[in-house]
Amino acid sequence: MPVAIDVKGLNKSFGDKHVVRDVSITVEAGRVTGFLGPNGSGKTTTMRMLCGLLTPDSGEGTCLGLDILKETGEIKRRTGYMTQRFSLYDDLTIEENLLFVARVYGMDDRRRRVAEALAGLGLEARRKQPAGALSGGWKQRLALAAAVMHEPRLLLLDEPTAGVDPKARREFWDQIHELTAKGMTVMVSTHYMDEAERCHDIAYIAYGALIARGTVAELIDRSALVTFKGEGPGADRLAPALLREPGVEMAAPFGAALHVSGPDRALLERAISRHRGDGLRWTEGRPTIEDVFIHLMRGAEDNFR
Amino acid sequence: MISGTRILAIMIKELLQLSRDRLTYAMILVMPVMQLMLFGYAINTDPRHLPTVVLDEDRTTLSRSVLAALGNTGYFDFTAEAASHAAIDAAIESGAAQLAVVIPHDFSRRVVKGDAPRILVEADASDPTAVGSALGSLGGVAEAALDHDLQGPLARDGGGGPFEIVVHRRYNPENITAFNIVPGLLGIVLSMTLVMMTALAVTREHERGTMESLLATPVRPIEVMIGKLAPYVGIGVIQTVLILGLARLLFGVPFEGGWAALALGTALFITGSLALGFLFSTLARSQLQAMQMSIFYILPSILLSGFMFPFRGMPDWAQVLGTAIPVTHFLRVVRGSLLKGADLAQTWPSLAALGVFVVVVTALAMARYRTTLD
Repeated sequence: MPVAIDVKGLNKSFGDKHVVRDVSITVEAGRVTGFLGPNGSGKTTTMRMLCGLLTPDSGEGTCLGLDILKETGEIKRRTGYMTQRFSLYDDLTIEENLLFVARVYGMDDRRRRVAEALAGLGLEARRKQPAGALSGGWKQRLALAAAVMHEPRLLLLDEPTAGVDPKARREFWDQIHELTAKGMTVMVSTHYMDEAERCHDIAYIAYGALIARGTVAELIDRSALVTFKGEGPGADRLAPALLREPGVEMAAPFGAALHVSGPDRALLERAISRHRGDGLRWTEGRPTIEDVFIHLMRGAEDNFR
Repeated sequence: MISGTRILAIMIKELLQLSRDRLTYAMILVMPVMQLMLFGYAINTDPRHLPTVVLDEDRTTLSRSVLAALGNTGYFDFTAEAASHAAIDAAIESGAAQLAVVIPHDFSRRVVKGDAPRILVEADASDPTAVGSALGSLGGVAEAALDHDLQGPLARDGGGGPFEIVVHRRYNPENITAFNIVPGLLGIVLSMTLVMMTALAVTREHERGTMESLLATPVRPIEVMIGKLAPYVGIGVIQTVLILGLARLLFGVPFEGGWAALALGTALFITGSLALGFLFSTLARSQLQAMQMSIFYILPSILLSGFMFPFRGMPDWAQVLGTAIPVTHFLRVVRGSLLKGADLAQTWPSLAALGVFVVVVTALAMARYRTTLD
């Protein structure tokens, strides 16, 4: 597979805050890579460096085969970037926004392309409405349409689905996969676990450092986490008590059941054995990706704090 | 029921938010002090010590007594001696002098003969307020200037003073205030709209988050700058035409010529104002801050530029401050060209000052405005 992104040792500081530390990442073309990590972990900054919006303090590499330090103009031309906030013009109509984007990218045959984009969105009837009047889900669809209108080879999406309802999110992800099927490479940051599972593979970043990379299944296997599921009356209320036990990294209620996980099987078994008597039934389960992330976050805290 | 606790909660929150914004502090504390200083000390509608050129063709004790009496009023500062009438014209047209006194060669002889000769006082009345008081003091001077010199047999026994003062109000003989205010308004209107609108236009992109998307496109920062500013050049030109047109139609403001100076001055001033607005937008973090910065700039532009109050009426420190304000120079160009027909040759110092303003502010704005978001 050809490589879309290949960067090494990226660093970026704002003042005395070291926001991105030695990030090296390779992304194969035509894949959806989920960019995960706690708030403020450097996801947005890394993405901005990849698309030429920010200059790294140090590091090197290529994006779409172009030097991320020297060829930012060309990278911008071939990349679509969708920001966290809706960043089209609220006071321009839907059509005017798309026309603006078409002009900025110097596209030919603009009227036709805009008409196609509107048709693709199903917004032909509303094309004279101000973009600001759209609902959250529609705004995000419009922003996506605007970001891919110039047919970029790489699409960077920064928490595109924050605050969007599940149906709109589902449709959004269907669209992402349609685009990658045509050869586009997508990098998307998210906090949603279900979205992480829709990605071909995951990059996990914490405290500015890339600490895990791979598919969801790989990450779960590699984590060597042990998870038990407790069911029975009052199981969901045991979380605080269990979290105080040594070896319990996570204890969280899922409905009426309780998920308990930790890296050390012996310690975990000892912890839950104390709560076996209360009429609870414990079964071993496979850790979820969320368990793995919380585990990773803990590990990162120990390393960087 | 109205709850005191709830009101207090809102009050505390409001005060906390105010205290986080340094520029708002400045608005609350600096603004009143600034206004107090300006209104209290700098502004003076009875300006004294106006620069005056003298053409004394008589050069006798009596003529010197007249000049001394004029000097004693406090309004006339004799800054230069003119060699000819042409020199007087040049001094007044360029604004180097606001008043001129001409004493004819046969002045003493005719005073002694008792046939009341005439002294000519020329005034640059393009700003009627500036010279109003000075001209008002002339009556007393004519009466009493020669009392000491004309004693004994020369003493007059009533029937008018020993000489007359003829006042020649140049550029605005009818003392119409609008002739001074309306052209000046051009500078104020252009500053207000152009500086404020550009400052807001760019800050708005940052505040709404659209700048980030914009910079992620192939658009280059210089293209963003030119593209955003160009429409405002058009707006500036429309405003200029509108104001000048109305000045002519409604107020009958004289258009004496000086078109080249007017055009160059307006072009420089529009460019500089846009660059300044752009500079503000690179410094402000919100539209509110951009607005506040614009007000900080516009207030002294109105008060210290000579727009509202005579420039020469201000104390020296205020004149120095006023000289640093672009509007001051623009007003000199506009008033000079419209009212006096002053062209490039007479207005070049102001045009040069505007040029410096454009270069400095543009350089600063470009330095502040960066390609990427870092």
